[in-house]
Amino acid sequence: MKKAAVDKIIDSYGADRSQIIAILNEVQDEERYLPEETLKHIAERLKLPLAQLYSISTFYRAFSLVPKGKHQCTVCMGTACHVRGSDRVLSEIERVLKVKSGETTKDREFSLDTVNCVGACALGPLVIVDKEYHGGASPNQVPTILGKSKPTAKK
Amino acid sequence: MKKLNNFQELEQYRQQLKKQVAADQVVISVCGGSGCLAFGGEKVAAALEKEIKKAASVKVQLKLTGCHGFCEKGPLVVIRPQGILYTKVKPEDAAEIISETVVNQRIIDRLLYKDPVSKQKITKEDEIPFYKNQKRIIFGSNGFIDPTSIDDYIGIDGYAALAKALKGMKPEQVISEVEKAGLRGRGGGGFPTALKWKTCRNAPGEPKYVIINADEGDPGAYMDRSVLEGNPHSVLEGLIIGAYAIGSSHGFIYIRHEYPLALKNFQTALAKAREYGFLGKNILGSGFDFDVQVNQGGGAFVCGESSALMASIEGKLGEPRAKYVHTVERGIWDKPSNLNNVETWANVPIIINKGADWYARIGTDRSKGTKIFSLVGKINNTGLVEVPMGVTLKHIVFDIGGGIPNKKKFKAVQTGGPSGGCLPESLLDLQVDFDRLTDAGSMMGSGGMIVMDEDTCMVDVARYFLNFLKDESCGKCTPCREGIRQMLAILNRITEGKGLEGDVEQLQEMSGGIMDAALCALGGTSPNPVMSTIKYFRNEYDAHIRDHKCPAGVCKALVTYSIDPQKCIGCGVCLKNCSSGAIKGAKKKPHKIDPKKCIKCGICYEVCKFGSVKRS
Ligand SMILES: Cc1cc2nc3c(=O)[nH]c(=O)nc-3n(C[C@H](O)[C@H](O)[C@H](O)COP(=O)(O)O)c2cc1C
Ligand code: FES
Repeated sequence: MKKAAVDKIIDSYGADRSQIIAILNEVQDEERYLPEETLKHIAERLKLPLAQLYSISTFYRAFSLVPKGKHQCTVCMGTACHVRGSDRVLSEIERVLKVKSGETTKDREFSLDTVNCVGACALGPLVIVDKEYHGGASPNQVPTILGKSKPTAKK
Repeated sequence: MKKLNNFQELEQYRQQLKKQVAADQVVISVCGGSGCLAFGGEKVAAALEKEIKKAASVKVQLKLTGCHGFCEKGPLVVIRPQGILYTKVKPEDAAEIISETVVNQRIIDRLLYKDPVSKQKITKEDEIPFYKNQKRIIFGSNGFIDPTSIDDYIGIDGYAALAKALKGMKPEQVISEVEKAGLRGRGGGGFPTALKWKTCRNAPGEPKYVIINADEGDPGAYMDRSVLEGNPHSVLEGLIIGAYAIGSSHGFIYIRHEYPLALKNFQTALAKAREYGFLGKNILGSGFDFDVQVNQGGGAFVCGESSALMASIEGKLGEPRAKYVHTVERGIWDKPSNLNNVETWANVPIIINKGADWYARIGTDRSKGTKIFSLVGKINNTGLVEVPMGVTLKHIVFDIGGGIPNKKKFKAVQTGGPSGGCLPESLLDLQVDFDRLTDAGSMMGSGGMIVMDEDTCMVDVARYFLNFLKDESCGKCTPCREGIRQMLAILNRITEGKGLEGDVEQLQEMSGGIMDAALCALGGTSPNPVMSTIKYFRNEYDAHIRDHKCPAGVCKALVTYSIDPQKCIGCGVCLKNCSSGAIKGAKKKPHKIDPKKCIKCGICYEVCKFGSVKRS
């Protein structure tokens, strides 16, 4: 990310330290992670120790210090989705993509994450791929959901 | 829009707005709640808009509103003034809705809600059991207003309570009205709101801060989100009234990172409120100044806790601190700070408008008003429901929620999120209020209500919550950081069939230790899901430990899949879908599962149309 772009974000929050999460959220949204250079720059601008930025970036779930994949796959692990079997859907996705949740595939195609309730419990278990919602997900639909192979037989 | 300089101008403006809307104006509200949007509500709204443009002769107003509550049947479309409810609407239905229902006044039968009990089709929204059995004083307006329009809010008497308070009530009178109403905090603990306000008002130190807790961390609850998304001004109005009562000129909202629409709608509300003069200097000519700053969360459950939230607002790490000094006395930057939940704030304008006596008639002796629950899980009518305090669990689960799907048997309902507990069938007649839930070993929490059926394993549920809390524990205090981890290790062992005699007793003993010694309520309440499941479902723990069985068939290590040769016709669907090559069998001959290769993903169980795959 260009320094000027980061500056623009920082200035839009009046370079206010108490808005640090909002600033990082915007960088994360743009870059899909928090590059070291950018963190250093923010630290300088806000006159905060880099260590504090590091601790904030690792404390909150929203931030990642490593680049994310091209596609984002998010599995809802909220309570409602859990009791409807989201665990089994997640483990099938982990098996198919060969990554654990929180990781990115080697070819940087998919990042897999979990979320706790997105307010669409009626559709649980819920998998979101690049903002598209797949409700009533079951393990056998995983390849379809990931768009990796043809649809398989449905119950 | 020009600023409203005094109470009179507000009232005049309101009358003017009301005159503009003719009584027979056709309004179509499309639900824009998170559930309906996931079902494709936005496309439905776009299609309707297109059709309305085409039919130039009819005058229809289209509104994309906040969540209506009946998420199960989304996308929802309501046509007023008749109040016709269409469910599961598709974009393809748009043309017919306009030409048939709006122009020709004919009902489209296939889009109506069909009552599963009486098998009758129901035309009107307020006649279907899901809505009829609720009392929606907070949430009801959601279906009527466009959340981005302040005029819509003013049109339903919005900001009248603020005017009433600023015009004719002293701050102390506002507090005593809230006290008489008996309002208790909706964010978890049920703390008396007026008492908190009074303490903050009387605490030494300036400035004082007021804060909206919109961090909604309970992983099965979304009512705060829906109130903020659907009716942001109601929360803001409550906050301004509270600020006036407490003597604060600076407010905050701490809003969860995963709620972009709530953030956007609230920011729009703030901008509009500034423009109209409900925020800023000399609000409505009263001499009272107040404004609000927005802070975003970063996705940490613990930041919903008051002292952690305030640390986070200061730009520090969101870790709680010991509360020998309360945050109402020393909170943000060590100044008196009053934190309330979204729904708590939304109750305030209603209390001021309708009066404490009216409000206090709703509810039980010690829990007044209504509560919004997110009724989810194994339930027919998933959605947000608002009921008076004191109705029974049975009423919520069966009369409103429509019971359990697929003829399964009810097992438990979980309330209070990760700090709460599971209540069994024998407690279905329990009246839901703050104290009764706590006495039963659960709590009100923020209002998550997760229904579980016979296929839910209660040991797994306890494990689920502890796993959640292990991830969310901030790590500052040892009892929580290490204690939860160790309890989880025991639960993992039990669900893997390696549980030992005495594990349950050990869990109970550790629970006591964590409850007494943890720094904040995250740790302090973390044993609740374990304790309550042991209390009411001890037999399931014993089955796992002694018989190495998971009665609900959930715990992977304890279930095996097999094929009933009597039922299997050899269609080959399971074989084709088996991802680990564990199923063998010739066509038209019964198939077999090789237990050595089976990874227990359960796909065969799902795809078999003949019920011949057995899970035991
Ligand atoms: C770990 C933890 C998480 C919490 N999360 C929330 C939350 O997401 N929303 C909320 O309103 N209160 C939450 N609370 C409760 C708050 O600490 C606080 O009691 C509440 O916001 C006060 O508002 P009320 O009096 O209106 O309920 C949480 C408490 C703890 C210990
Ligand atoms: S629990 Fe998954 S959407 Fe609510």
